[in-house]
Amino acid sequence: MAVAFDEMNIPGGDLRPAYQELARWLEETPPEALEYRRQEAELLFRRIGITFAVYGDSESTERLIPFDVIPRIMSGKEWTVLEKGLKQRVKALNMFLRDIYHGRDILRAEIVPDDLIFQNPVFRPEMNGQQVPHDVYVHIAGIDVIRVDANDFIVLEDNARTPSGVSYMLENREIMMRLFPDLFARHRVAPVERYPDELLAALRSVAPQSASGEPTVALLTPGVYNSAYYEHSFLADKLGIELVEGRDLIVKNNEVFMRTTEGVKRVDVIYRRVDDDFLDPLTFRPDSALGVPGLMSAYAAGNITLANAVGTGIADDKAIYSYMPDILRFYLGEEPILKNVQTWRCREPKDLAYVLDHLGELVVKEVHGSGGYGMLIGPAATKATIEAFREKLKREPEGFIAQPTLALSTCPTCTASGLAPRHVDLRPFVLTGSKSTTIVPGGLTRVALKEGSLVVNSSQGGGTKDTWILDE
Amino acid sequence: MLSRTAENLYWLARYVERAEYLARTIDATLRVTALPAAYIGKTNEWDSALLTAGVAESFYQSHEEANEHNVVDYLSFSADNPSSIRNCIEAARLNSRSVRTALTSEMWDTINSAWIELQAVWSKGTSTREDLAKFLRFVQETSLRFDGSAYRTMLRNDAYWFSRLGLHLERADNTARILDVKYHVLLPEEEHVGGPLDFYQWSSILRSVSALTAYHWVYRETLKPWLVADLLILNGTLPRSLASCYENLVRNLDQIGVAYGRQGPAQRHARGIRNRLEHSNMNDIFQHGVHEFIQEFIADNSRLGEIITKQYLI
Repeated sequence: MAVAFDEMNIPGGDLRPAYQELARWLEETPPEALEYRRQEAELLFRRIGITFAVYGDSESTERLIPFDVIPRIMSGKEWTVLEKGLKQRVKALNMFLRDIYHGRDILRAEIVPDDLIFQNPVFRPEMNGQQVPHDVYVHIAGIDVIRVDANDFIVLEDNARTPSGVSYMLENREIMMRLFPDLFARHRVAPVERYPDELLAALRSVAPQSASGEPTVALLTPGVYNSAYYEHSFLADKLGIELVEGRDLIVKNNEVFMRTTEGVKRVDVIYRRVDDDFLDPLTFRPDSALGVPGLMSAYAAGNITLANAVGTGIADDKAIYSYMPDILRFYLGEEPILKNVQTWRCREPKDLAYVLDHLGELVVKEVHGSGGYGMLIGPAATKATIEAFREKLKREPEGFIAQPTLALSTCPTCTASGLAPRHVDLRPFVLTGSKSTTIVPGGLTRVALKEGSLVVNSSQGGGTKDTWILDE
Repeated sequence: MLSRTAENLYWLARYVERAEYLARTIDATLRVTALPAAYIGKTNEWDSALLTAGVAESFYQSHEEANEHNVVDYLSFSADNPSSIRNCIEAARLNSRSVRTALTSEMWDTINSAWIELQAVWSKGTSTREDLAKFLRFVQETSLRFDGSAYRTMLRNDAYWFSRLGLHLERADNTARILDVKYHVLLPEEEHVGGPLDFYQWSSILRSVSALTAYHWVYRETLKPWLVADLLILNGTLPRSLASCYENLVRNLDQIGVAYGRQGPAQRHARGIRNRLEHSNMNDIFQHGVHEFIQEFIADNSRLGEIITKQYLI
């Protein structure tokens, strides 16, 4: 594995320009002061109740995501490139979805194999021919990017279903500004606080035609036991919209209403944080208690907009991922600004043979997995684990893809033994409305707190950092 | 607002109020039982505490007899008693989490901080009297902070009014319950044969509804049972009296009615109860029987809860 790109230090001893002020500040600040602020930050998170639940963990149902007080900094120039690349990527995702559920030009052009779509459980035949307002499918995208060198951003994953984490982007900034006002005074950090306004504007802009002039938006949550519940309530609050559960909604004459103390009130746009499978027990899983019976027929009648649209999973599926550069070229006629990670599709015999030969070097992921579960990190795995995985892979090769073990860039991080480099990624949030696509400058930086670890997922010991884009 | 949100706010306020009332009841009982036996007579005060908390029946399903140790534990820390202080705080926190968007940050902070703090108490319990006293005080302070935050920070809209409905309905129920258990010491003037025994019962009653000092201000008299009853039932200036609770219930229901442009059975039922309280005097109540009067009130009050639920919360 190559030596990781360090966000702060240039090999040879110099600092990257964006980090110079931070480095000076760190030199002036005694380590105890840093530790004290770190504890203060933790206390704030707990008091505000910024917690998440880890499934299958009976010990503590509410946990904090560790927060690292050292910010991750990018220059305005770097951000401009990234922003352009993200917009390009999300545009392609939306065009791909529109095509898959309508004309399917891309399948006829044989860019993507048919069976990857039609045999994919996240493909939703219910969406065939369904019109969605302004052809926007992915209103909110969380694109996971990593850096491996000074020039390139690489997309690790497109999250086009119900990406989470944006509350951390906003709260991390709030807490940093509270704890380190002096550090902020020494930088020009682009603000992120307009995210809720932009989100609400984007959601309103895609209201169905039958909506009134002032469309009613609601956020649909699976409820208080969901791992991202804090984020749902946080966003509803910031957007000034109702936080609804399935049982608060009813469908009458193909219109959606919420039960209020003054009778029922029509809802026009649902920012849903409930997965497709649980949205409507009449269409999808009949055992779902989280959903709204009849929601899909109101959707088909064009009386409600769901954000994101149903069936977007087909665009961020790990099996589709490897085709993204070709998908982008097909719809936009441009070269992708953001690269893909080289990916071996285990469904293809040639690739499978290579993967089986190189298991010790590769990262193998389940096509339908998420959250860092069910993956093999070759270089960190024991022989026995690798052998067990080999059998799984041979049994069901189409369920896996493999990628090289990437040297995620590192960023200075507080550890038990002082500041040390730890691997990070970045999830910026891309909003698409009827007229424009916007990205607030920043995103969620996730950091693998264990030395050498490359797994940044919060469910597996990852933490977060505030992400600063310098306004130059 | 969402019916579910209104329901959560209403119950949140009830749980917090109930937790405070339980803490006061335990506190008052500890004081009375600390007196030499000659002063309090043969009644088992811990049994009365269970009755005023409305959990005697469930308690005796798993306990032989009531004593300080097991009643304090049952009312404070028991996970099996659905209305223990612990379960009230847990339920309040859960309700707060589901209606965070309707709470001000001060209200959330009060509940969440108390909940965090009390986790340690749940796991360890309180080993000394001093610990217990500290715990009971903390619960009462939490309720005061919560109530104060609501009063000082909430918008005066339906969210506020529904939370006040919960508070006053619960409060009326609590005051009525203590009267219901202690009615036998609240005798009318002519029947009263004073003794030191009853004196401590009366002060204990007042203490559990934080009205001991208020009594002296209102009547400027030594404790007399019919005045204690008058204060708790009819005196509109005492915030925990039945009359005051119903003033507030009627006002908050009216505000909701006006805001929604619609009156309903809840408004009418509450006004009916208030009018009956307004036109009562203690002589009539004693004639009719304090016990009967209170029982009727408790039933009426809980009926109002059902009507509110039906009209607004589901």
